[in-house]
Amino acid sequence: MIQTEVRSWDRQRTARHERLGRAASLAKGKQVQASDATALLEALLQPGDRVCLEGDNQKQADLLARALAAADPARVHDLHIVQSGIVLPEHLEIFERGIARKLDFSYSGPQGASIARALNNGRIELGAIHTYIELFARYYMDLTPHVALIAAVQADAQGNLYTGPNTEDTPTIVEATAFKSGIVVAQVNRIVDRLPRVDIPGDQVDFIIEADRPFYVEPLFTRDPASITETQILMAMMAIKGIYAEYGVKRLNHGIGFGTAAIELLLPTFAERLGLKGKIATHWALNPHPTLIPAIESGWVEQIHCFGSEVGMDAYMAARPDIYFTGRDGTLRSNRMMCQNAGLYACDMFIGSTLQIDLDGNSSTVTPDRIAGFGGAPNMGADAHGRRHASDSWLKAGREASDGNIAMTRGRKLVVQIVETFGAGMAPTFVERLDSVALAEKLQLELVPVMIYGDDVTHIVTEEGIANLLLCRTREEREQAIRGVAGYTEVGRGRDRAVVQKLRERRVIRRPEDLGLNPLDATRHLLAARSIRDLVGWSKDLYRPPSKFRNW
Amino acid sequence: MEQFTIQAEAASRCGGTRPSAIIGVVASGNLEILLERIEGTGCAIEVATSATGFRPIWEAVIADFVQRTSPGGLRISINDGGARPDTVSLRLMQGVRLISEVP
Repeated sequence: MIQTEVRSWDRQRTARHERLGRAASLAKGKQVQASDATALLEALLQPGDRVCLEGDNQKQADLLARALAAADPARVHDLHIVQSGIVLPEHLEIFERGIARKLDFSYSGPQGASIARALNNGRIELGAIHTYIELFARYYMDLTPHVALIAAVQADAQGNLYTGPNTEDTPTIVEATAFKSGIVVAQVNRIVDRLPRVDIPGDQVDFIIEADRPFYVEPLFTRDPASITETQILMAMMAIKGIYAEYGVKRLNHGIGFGTAAIELLLPTFAERLGLKGKIATHWALNPHPTLIPAIESGWVEQIHCFGSEVGMDAYMAARPDIYFTGRDGTLRSNRMMCQNAGLYACDMFIGSTLQIDLDGNSSTVTPDRIAGFGGAPNMGADAHGRRHASDSWLKAGREASDGNIAMTRGRKLVVQIVETFGAGMAPTFVERLDSVALAEKLQLELVPVMIYGDDVTHIVTEEGIANLLLCRTREEREQAIRGVAGYTEVGRGRDRAVVQKLRERRVIRRPEDLGLNPLDATRHLLAARSIRDLVGWSKDLYRPPSKFRNW
Repeated sequence: MEQFTIQAEAASRCGGTRPSAIIGVVASGNLEILLERIEGTGCAIEVATSATGFRPIWEAVIADFVQRTSPGGLRISINDGGARPDTVSLRLMQGVRLISEVP
């Protein structure tokens, strides 16, 4: 007979009930007053807890962030924060005050400099910087939150939640927390009798707090067509003719730079004249870019699934349910986990910009004093080795990369970097060594932060031309192909002209003239919309841009 | 403000019959280019730029431009507001296309 130790198998559930018991006096049903939010968190949280304080790419549980930052560090301390976005000042304040100690995150845009400082002075113990789905995956493996503090638009008395167009990370966070005996606290803009739709079922939500003001959402994906330059238009023309048309790319994701915004605005004009309508860019994993409105209205786009929403786009998307995923209430349903998965496994191309590219094609958005994190780009911009369905563009890219073993050729995702050779302040985009290498040394990071590894990159588009890295056979060839489109940067001027000329003959490098493009056509007249106001017109007044983009 | 002239020898005279062409705008990060016909196959490029210390890059940009488009018989005057090399290159290409077009 085997002796087994008597153990209980429901310690987490017991702990959950103890926490709920401590907080019970603060709640009426599931409702807690905003003024009691800090007291609620002090009652629920225990030192060392893993906490997700919902900070997404866009929406922020700002009331709960303020409440946590105001907690007594004698009672609440050494928390392990596991959230995708470090965006608000309060997200750093909890580390400065000792309420939290350890951090696992994905993206830190506006707080990038503060995070680097806090790491440097030892205020933050860094777990890792993840991609979105990588962190979400760890919610289900070894970083399951004990407590999730989330944001929704509306709740009813039972705790059912309506997350509205900015659903983003919420279902993923709640699923991991609620089904592992954790506690879910939601701040909502309003408590109502009847929800427009249920995004999160009430039995997964323990407490609801009506906030004094709506949660904050940052417009991140609005690019004013007025700021698009003729260089970016020329690059967009090259990308459309040299890559989209060449590979017949139908399923794709775009980054948020001006180069890709220019591509979106050239679909109904330049690409239409090339006869490409219906042959490229029909299915998208994409945030609601206002600059895609002219292509949608011109009948280019079949459908779009969104990571999140975008300020001002809600009414337009609600009026285009054939294009966007919408709920029974009519408004957008976004979901970052699902859309990242679509981008990873069902897109044939990612195209986006970056700040630095080295001689191996590795890219980074890290500057010497900022840790911006990764967000979703590394997953969008990576070949998914688990993919097993074919498409023409995927197979063509795979054939180009293969050394001749055609029988067992696998496909390749097209991963395209579209960059100008010089960035703001004449900073060169092409460098011998990424700034992230120095940053990793300074902060003693185990991994150098790399946004997209060079071996995943298939093409680099600059104003000088397109480098097709699939066709390079050696590391030396790749380096010369990169130098060959690096313009007048030091890296570009350091090219071996004879090798670059040979690469051009092999179509590894293609110049605008090799693609039959006339530089005189690269004018702003080619843009389907030349201002935010034009976009409003294309949308039949359904797009309502935020005031900072209104200048008429 | 820096001013200098770069002389280059092109393979052949620039085509077309237009006596002159002007393209671009004088603005920060942009530039204006005036192209005029002169005798021979030489190309004289006069640069007036608000950004100092970039002459080696100008020379590299212009050497490539002359090789790619063969702008012989042109005097090109550049009024630069600190444009990046790619913008300079694009404007030069546009200028040559413009002056070689049939009016």
